[in-house]
Amino acid sequence: MSILDKLMYQSRCKSPSVLHLNTGSCNGCDIELVTCLSPRYDVEQLGIHLEGSPRHADILCVTGPVTRNALEAMKTEYAQVCEPKAVVAIGSCPASCNVFAGSPVVAGPLNKHIPVDVYVPGCPPHPDAIINGIARAVVILAERGARQETQGGMQQ
Amino acid sequence: MNASSLINLFLFPGLLFAVPAAWFFTWGEHKATARMQRRIGLPLLQPLYDFIKLMGKRTPERHGIENDLRRFYPVLSVLSLLGAIALLPVFPSHLNFSGDGVVLVVLLELPSLCFILAGFTSGSVYGKIGASREAVLSGATNLVFLLSFVAIAATRHTVRLSELAGPSANPGHWIGVVGILLCIPAKLRLNPFSTSSAEQEIYAGALTEYAGGPLGFWKLAHGLEWFALTGLVATLVLPVAGGWAIHALLFVAVCFLQVMLLSAMAAGTARFTLERSIRFYWQWAAILGVLAVTSAIWMGFRL
Repeated sequence: MSILDKLMYQSRCKSPSVLHLNTGSCNGCDIELVTCLSPRYDVEQLGIHLEGSPRHADILCVTGPVTRNALEAMKTEYAQVCEPKAVVAIGSCPASCNVFAGSPVVAGPLNKHIPVDVYVPGCPPHPDAIINGIARAVVILAERGARQETQGGMQQ
Repeated sequence: MNASSLINLFLFPGLLFAVPAAWFFTWGEHKATARMQRRIGLPLLQPLYDFIKLMGKRTPERHGIENDLRRFYPVLSVLSLLGAIALLPVFPSHLNFSGDGVVLVVLLELPSLCFILAGFTSGSVYGKIGASREAVLSGATNLVFLLSFVAIAATRHTVRLSELAGPSANPGHWIGVVGILLCIPAKLRLNPFSTSSAEQEIYAGALTEYAGGPLGFWKLAHGLEWFALTGLVATLVLPVAGGWAIHALLFVAVCFLQVMLLSAMAAGTARFTLERSIRFYWQWAAILGVLAVTSAIWMGFRL
């Protein structure tokens, strides 16, 4: 790995932009995710920041069991996040649909529609667990970016 | 072009110093906001990491003139701001010429114009709303900014920046400086004049569709805008005294102090609606601008 590759790897590890996507959540996980930005947890000191546009994001944090109404919007948002990217499923709902399993309006779980890199279980999960999940996704993101660059270089 | 001009352009306050300073001021802005919210805030090298990371992102493939324009606007913004910073008369230089103040005002206005055009060419609804808000706010702010600059120029009977530098006995000069300071939050899209980048309403406004390298350049342009605008105020208020090193240090310190104070003010205020922002600039700040020009001309006859 060259010095420039190492610098890029380190930059990806230290600057993850997160996009929060609610796909029919009860808002429990959303409240816990937003808590991570509060003075008590202050994820900005780790370089993590929340973005409004999917174009600016690296990590997609999905909450909710993926309702039919939110499915297409979620796929569009996922497609709009530029490579390299990672997906974190926050809470039990995107992992298994939780108490909404079997509902006719639910199209989940999440991994039926987009690839999921990290699961953060809990109903809702603790902010510490969410930060830990994002930290794991950051490493996956940086390694994926390095791999894509190597493959891109080999193809050229 | 001689050695001192090259130093101004490429060394201090130009390219080599301006780019790290822009990242440092961006860090200062976020740090001041974090401290106001009782948070620790981001690490010192965060803007640098953000820039490098964005350079490594794969942006969506687009074709035709739209793709070229999307890349052209942020680069033009960065270049115009680097030019504006190089014109600041921190040291005596041959880069200064008669009428360079007018060039500086034009160069400071170009990023705003690019921001508006970028929003309209993005094709995004949010981008267009952000761009139209920026256009309206820019029109309101520029009246006060230009009146203040004209007032400062009238106190010295010149638009040469090297002759405008330093404090003046004319009250028109100081009212003009206050007028420019009032325009900085709107030009930098800070609270309470941040309607064009209101993330709770229109995501990232004109920059919603931007990603990767061009977005990195927009963020760099924002830091350079901090440096250029606060640098203009610093040159107008700092007396030219002492050695060049002390003067340079004082210049950077005054710029950084403005960054911290304006960011703290932004963190402590809520966002105005567009209508209220325009009313502020066209009513209250415009009165200040007219007062500055009147005072400068009146005192110019008496002094």
